[in-house]
Amino acid sequence: MTESTSALTLTGIWKRFPGVIANSNVNLSVGAGSIHAIVGENGAGKSTLMKILYGMQKPDEGTITVAGIPTQLNSPSDAIELGIGMVHQHFMLAENFTVLENIILGNEPKHGVSLDLMAARNRLSALATKYSLQVPFDEYVSELGVGDRQRIEILKVLYRGARILILDEPTAVLVPQEVDELFSALRDLKAEGITIIFISHKLDEVLAIADEITVMRAGTTVAAVNPKQEPVTARELAELMVGSELPTPDTSENTVTDKVVLSVTALTVANSDGKNVVDNVSFKIHSGEILGIAGIEGNGQAEIVDALLGVVATSGAIEFLDTDITSWTTRKRRENGVAVIPEDRTRQGLLLEAPLWENRMLGQQTVAPNARGVLLDPAGAKKDTWRIVREFDVRTPGIDVHASALSGGNQQKLIVGREMSGSPKLLIASHPTRGVDVGAQAAIWEHLRTARAAGLAVLLISADLDELIGLSDSIAVLLRGKFVTTVDPHTVTPAVLGSAMTGAGE
Amino acid sequence: MNHLKKLGNSLLAPLLALFLAMVVTSIILVAFGSNVVMVFQQMWGYGSKASSIALILNLATTYYLSAVAVAIGFKMNLFNIGVNGQYLLGGMTAAAVAGRLTLPGYLAIPITILVAIVVAAAWAGIAGWLKVSRGVSEVISTIMLNFIALGIISYTIVRTNVGEEIAVNVRGTRKIPTSGQMPGFTFPNSNIEVYGFIFIAIFIGIGYWFLLNRTRFGYDLRASGMSPSAAVASGVDSKKMTLYAMLISGAIAGLVALPDLLGSSHTYTLNFPTGFGFTGIAIALLGRNNPLGIAFGALLWAFLDVSSQQLDLVGVPREIVTILQGVTVLAVVIAYEIVRRNKVKAQQRDVGLALADNKEGLVL
Repeated sequence: MTESTSALTLTGIWKRFPGVIANSNVNLSVGAGSIHAIVGENGAGKSTLMKILYGMQKPDEGTITVAGIPTQLNSPSDAIELGIGMVHQHFMLAENFTVLENIILGNEPKHGVSLDLMAARNRLSALATKYSLQVPFDEYVSELGVGDRQRIEILKVLYRGARILILDEPTAVLVPQEVDELFSALRDLKAEGITIIFISHKLDEVLAIADEITVMRAGTTVAAVNPKQEPVTARELAELMVGSELPTPDTSENTVTDKVVLSVTALTVANSDGKNVVDNVSFKIHSGEILGIAGIEGNGQAEIVDALLGVVATSGAIEFLDTDITSWTTRKRRENGVAVIPEDRTRQGLLLEAPLWENRMLGQQTVAPNARGVLLDPAGAKKDTWRIVREFDVRTPGIDVHASALSGGNQQKLIVGREMSGSPKLLIASHPTRGVDVGAQAAIWEHLRTARAAGLAVLLISADLDELIGLSDSIAVLLRGKFVTTVDPHTVTPAVLGSAMTGAGE
Repeated sequence: MNHLKKLGNSLLAPLLALFLAMVVTSIILVAFGSNVVMVFQQMWGYGSKASSIALILNLATTYYLSAVAVAIGFKMNLFNIGVNGQYLLGGMTAAAVAGRLTLPGYLAIPITILVAIVVAAAWAGIAGWLKVSRGVSEVISTIMLNFIALGIISYTIVRTNVGEEIAVNVRGTRKIPTSGQMPGFTFPNSNIEVYGFIFIAIFIGIGYWFLLNRTRFGYDLRASGMSPSAAVASGVDSKKMTLYAMLISGAIAGLVALPDLLGSSHTYTLNFPTGFGFTGIAIALLGRNNPLGIAFGALLWAFLDVSSQQLDLVGVPREIVTILQGVTVLAVVIAYEIVRRNKVKAQQRDVGLALADNKEGLVL
């Protein structure tokens, strides 16, 4: 690759928001017809850079060159005109439209006043064949899975004539098999001369697909790596991303006791189609023990959490501190010491449009310090919110700001602080450090270790295998709703665990 | 200083909206060849007379109750369009009972109020139950229940002995005896009586604020409105909440007929004023479900209604006020969204600033 074949070049891009510099001196050169990955931690400035590339935000300084011509991107339509298309992480499709209708939406071929669906279909079939992106054109989007939806989004962008494709965390929603399909589609696109910009923080995937890698840290581009010429490992990339040696989760001493806190027997959860998404699962967690659940997302983890919380119908028995709580309401379970760090903090863990101190109450709105009898105790809640802000290092100017004003990592610290309050007996922690920066991650691990030493029983669900291995006292592997094996975290390696998760060990 | 800023912010949106609405109305007035300044002068002059103020207070009392009933539903994302049917049915039943009570006022009035509340709450409860047990949208069911309520009322008044011939060719419930009527007070410098029910409306406003902001129940209700998924995870039983919210909304709706019934008409005829339920929706929007905001909205709405009566006398169609009211609601919805977005941005900036002093200031 040389400069002359660069599809897109950014030089000296700065973007400041009041009080915050989101991008400082960002330099990026994307070779034509290559797959270029941009990696970095949450908050490293990837999203801002992406918005600049797609014309959603204007840089304060710096130049953007598309196919050798310096240009200004004032809006996404400018970007589309220059052949830059974007596939968002959250799909933007109309559920009750067919695939064909979705793709042509906003760009309908007209035949007088009526739609020329035939022309659209012919053009799309040609596109789909050319790039081997097969989708059922006449099915309703509501009937389709995420893999199909993603292909639809890609086709939609190509249909508008894009030659440069920006993919924002495209694998976040996919299962491994779908990731393979996506990657093979991306390679076909590349073979047809399409340039792909791939934003991710999953380093293994980046290494598997990318021709060029740009690493971002603290708002700036810190390294450009060409893995085809100079091999690089995921760990080296990660250290470039965080700028220092990685912290490792590590529970040194064994604090597991004989006291059983949670005993689950033959737990089964069916989804709306009647399929068992959790199938005959049994386990015990003792006081002072962290039980890790390893597994690819979507194999029943969320349903186990829902079952323990009592928000879905289940069969099987759940015993908590020697009491059968299967028939208890969610509230009763909460009041008796079941705490939850939910997997999706903005959907399940926060009231985004409420101040922090009201968020402090969520899930504990019936107990001290948040309530006295049937009345709320705002003064008590506020005081305790300040305690959480201090102890868990939530970076905020005050407790009256809405939760939506905090960054993801600080929201997560607030949730962890809240759930650790009121001396819980059992903590269900789903991805407790997802999307938080390295410093906060280490702090959350420390809090988990301290609580474990004090006798807390923890069910830890995580996609971060280092975290699982480092923190857990034992690890169960969940595959298609069943526990397929149990491993000892002291001896297992991420590679072995990874293959057990995909069922390769069966 | 901070409080002053906060107050300024909360007043910004409604003032902006009112201004916008007046501009739009002025343009329409000019287009129809009217003198804008004269029209507003006439309205203000008439609307600020003592007797007009008394009328405004009476009308606003009714509007306020209706808007609070709607607002409780709104707080949980429930759209109670059935306030109209609920208050008419509750009012008719209460009037029928009150007309036959021969008890002293301190017993008769509470019983009348209780009957209105129970009947209206039960009527709203049907919609709540349908939603919880069968997933029927409350929008559809409450609209249908409005029609059914009207049918039941007509039948009861015309065909049963609940209705009596109270004047020539007018059937209505038996007149409430003097002991069962609620006394009001004469507004200074006028001969018009202000409903005593205005104090109950004020009490309802305070109760509404207290329920939402100071009770666990109110927290659960608001949480369900802000994020149903987070509320469920926090232990809120969403079905129970839906049912309770509909019942409370209906209970307050039951009060809507009473200022008029206990304060002036004393009988329920088929000419009983209708449509307050829909006005309530507009005022709840106008007041952003906030008890003080709703009070402001109710007074404004009543002022416009009363002062519009002067317009016919000066040759301007009074429907211009209906346009002004409609535009105000639209403008309020837009203005609040603008102000809300600015507030979110300002907060994120404040957080950013607070962290910029910090080494790890990059939070985006």
